[in-house]
Amino acid sequence: MSDILFAILAAIVGPAVTFLFYILLNFIVNRFPEKAQRVLRPYVFIGPVLVLVGGLLVGPTIQTMVFAFMNEDSSEFVGFKNFVKLFGDSQFILTVRNNFEWIAVVPLVTVVLGIFIATLTDKLGPVRERVFKSIIFMPMAISFVAASSIWRLTYSWNPGHTQIGMLNAIVEAFGGKAIPWIQNEDFTINNLLLMVIVVWANAGFAMTLLSAAIKAVPEETVEAAAIDGANAFQSFFQVVVPQIWGTAVSVFITVLISTMKIFDVIWGMTGGNFHTNVLGVDFFREYFVYQNTGRAAAVVMILMIAIIPIMIYQVRTYRKQEELR
Amino acid sequence: MSSMNHFVARVRKFRPLSTLIMLVVVAIWALPTLGLLVTAFRTQMSSVTTGWWTAIFDPFHQDWTTKAFTTVFSSTWDLGPAFFSTVAISVPATILPITFAAFAAYGFTFLTFKGREVWFSLIIALMVVPMQAVIVAILQMFMAFDQWLLTIPGNEYGDIKLSGEYPAAWIVHSAFAMPLAVYILRNYMMTLPMALIEAARIDGASHFQIFWRLIIPMSVPALASFAIFQFLWVWNDYFIAYLFAGNHTVMTYQILSMLGQHGEGWQVVMAGSLISIIVPLTVFFSLQRYFVRGLTAGSVK
Repeated sequence: MSDILFAILAAIVGPAVTFLFYILLNFIVNRFPEKAQRVLRPYVFIGPVLVLVGGLLVGPTIQTMVFAFMNEDSSEFVGFKNFVKLFGDSQFILTVRNNFEWIAVVPLVTVVLGIFIATLTDKLGPVRERVFKSIIFMPMAISFVAASSIWRLTYSWNPGHTQIGMLNAIVEAFGGKAIPWIQNEDFTINNLLLMVIVVWANAGFAMTLLSAAIKAVPEETVEAAAIDGANAFQSFFQVVVPQIWGTAVSVFITVLISTMKIFDVIWGMTGGNFHTNVLGVDFFREYFVYQNTGRAAAVVMILMIAIIPIMIYQVRTYRKQEELR
Repeated sequence: MSSMNHFVARVRKFRPLSTLIMLVVVAIWALPTLGLLVTAFRTQMSSVTTGWWTAIFDPFHQDWTTKAFTTVFSSTWDLGPAFFSTVAISVPATILPITFAAFAAYGFTFLTFKGREVWFSLIIALMVVPMQAVIVAILQMFMAFDQWLLTIPGNEYGDIKLSGEYPAAWIVHSAFAMPLAVYILRNYMMTLPMALIEAARIDGASHFQIFWRLIIPMSVPALASFAIFQFLWVWNDYFIAYLFAGNHTVMTYQILSMLGQHGEGWQVVMAGSLISIIVPLTVFFSLQRYFVRGLTAGSVK
């Protein structure tokens, strides 16, 4: 109970102190001569955030880059040894392969499914549209821990007994043999089943943004295509798709970024075992299980290098948008 | 004949095929979660021997029980205190970043200064930094801070510390939320009428007054939408709470431990999961409109 009081106190005092802090900064700047004020004023507003992200995001990232070239307890520099060792490790190569598989499958499937659901619900009455969308959207509010409970039961395998997992029960209902799905590495089925969970969780996000884009497509353009003799598919691919392309790309990029960083669902489902490891999980294993800061940092660096092109793309897109304003 | 045509037209308008396909999709989406809801009220015996759907097909011959809930709230799992710890992390970790981000978004939108584009590009670039890239250094930084706190007279035994305590999680959550929060709020503020702000400037209002009296009230939709987003994220988080506020056990931590022991029946972990998703689902469904509006305003141009 004292936790709650503490939280309430913090929730009230925290913002109040924050606000006083900004007022104090503003007050100090007001003491300066007019000319200096004009230079300093913006930093009253953006300064604290710059300090926060500088100290907790930029600085630590640079620190991690340095750690990547040091030994397990960061006591001496070892050059590229961590990287050489990682790439000489067949398990690690498999981990990287898994990451590639994730980014090849999840963003594309999520966007296509989002467009599919958005297009179908758009044609239905408002009540059905709302109910269906709410249900698809719901997993967004569920933690990866709860999602792991849900899906571990769904995929569970009871050798020699009645199947209590839905997937195996369906397989047996069709006369098949129950399979230990999560341990099954044939054709990386277990990886694909983990991806299903992430698509399940992200489809609502994709659907919402794409649905807004589809609703913004002017009715006349679709009607004009129909008058010109286009069938439903032609008008969809030649009229609707070009108009929602921008949104589809931005949803794709957002899902791509979160897929590259993926680790929580895998942590909850397999812990990276049964060859489902990815870079995001490997970091936690290297750092907490093997206590090797150098290798853990090297793993993150490889992830960062993969992410940098997207970072540049994002900044460029923003710059282009600014020019249009 | 005309009433027949009328009927056919109505059926067509109802779109039976699209409805059917969507019903299948929605079933696939909802069934796993329904399994959670049903299993939480089953006995250990039935949860490990029969599928949860058998209980739905024959609801009157089941020994429904709330025993699993008694178990999760008992001293074995202590989900009650864990619930309060989760609240203690989530509420400040939602309010604090929004306060900071609102100030910064105002600065980036309504003040012109040298380097504005560069700083904002940095904020955008930071949106993609993975959590793994920073946690080692932050953990070490907080430990160093605790060492320094020990030198303060009266704190020789480390009664006051940062590592493992709530404020550490609030700070880290705030830092992670900042790039997206600033970006969303700035995008929203760009849509506010510039003329209004200029008029207020001419009337002699300071930037602080404009921010507080004009911009904040007008930005409520965007603030609300980000607040929902951030609350869901913080409430559902496991890693930051575990790594930075480890002295307090949150619900996600307890449920992951329960999941490790599902050999004793699925009903316990499902009851725990159900308790943990009640709050986010309530927030989500009651404020879904704001959430969706914010989501679409943030990225669709």
